Amino acid sequence: MSDTKAIPCSEAVRQLWDYLDHAIQPEDQEKVEKHLSFCRRCCGELEFAKEMRAFLATSTAEEIPPYVKERLERFVERL
Amino acid sequence: MHAESVIAMSEAGVRDPTKEAFQELVLAELPALYSLARRLVRDGAEDLVQEALLQAFRGFATLKEDAAAGRWLKTILVNVFRDQLRKRSRTVDERPMGDLDDFSLYRTLVDEDPFPYSDTLHLDFLQGFDSEDLREVLIRLPDIYRIPLVLRYMDGFATKEIARLMDAPLGTILARLHRGRRLLEREMWTYAQEAGLLTKERAEDE
Repeated sequence: MSDTKAIPCSEAVRQLWDYLDHAIQPEDQEKVEKHLSFCRRCCGELEFAKEMRAFLATSTAEEIPPYVKERLERFVERL
Repeated sequence: MHAESVIAMSEAGVRDPTKEAFQELVLAELPALYSLARRLVRDGAEDLVQEALLQAFRGFATLKEDAAAGRWLKTILVNVFRDQLRKRSRTVDERPMGDLDDFSLYRTLVDEDPFPYSDTLHLDFLQGFDSEDLREVLIRLPDIYRIPLVLRYMDGFATKEIARLMDAPLGTILARLHRGRRLLEREMWTYAQEAGLLTKERAEDE
């Protein structure tokens, strides 16, 4: 019954981030992997999802301006 | 270490719950707290940090170990922000997204091919965004999508933790993350066009 594991691109793409998070059921994981085994476009989507995640995770922190830092430090000292 | 601190630590068995200990802990966390606040609110990041610090100080005794201070403070800040949102509006901005589910930034980039001579089209696109660009895109997203996205993918909170913080079922948070990602991608594409990130001019100007 391997046919039951076939899913369309839309479904595979919808699950890619959860797939990367290991947050989908083993059964769905199999379906996604099967789809990726033959769909080049979705492999591209998967690569891009990885790049997006890395981009978000490593994006530089918002810089704290010196005068804001100073004000907050004073605030903490006066607590 | 002061003599009092040593006594307090030996009595409590763990740490010194004094004002000085609090100050020492939070001062090191100010940049990270401010950064999170800036990603959550358009204006008033400093106020949000102050309110969080105030609540943290009141609840300092609930901090179990100093090493967890960073996460503990961020959690308090998110709680304060959530309460502010609730006061501001009772309606949840869960707007219909139209054809959003069909939008794919990956495919859009392939189809539009903004950097025709590049072998790394998708990476080039992402690298065009500096932290201010990304913040501007994030701030444009409705709160209910932005908050889980920032917490999950930028600050590393687990989805279960986000559900608890936002007082929403896990399924709701997962759905918002899904929509949020699509929205983020679409907004990044729109922003890149508006801000001229798809041309070389900007890189040459800098």
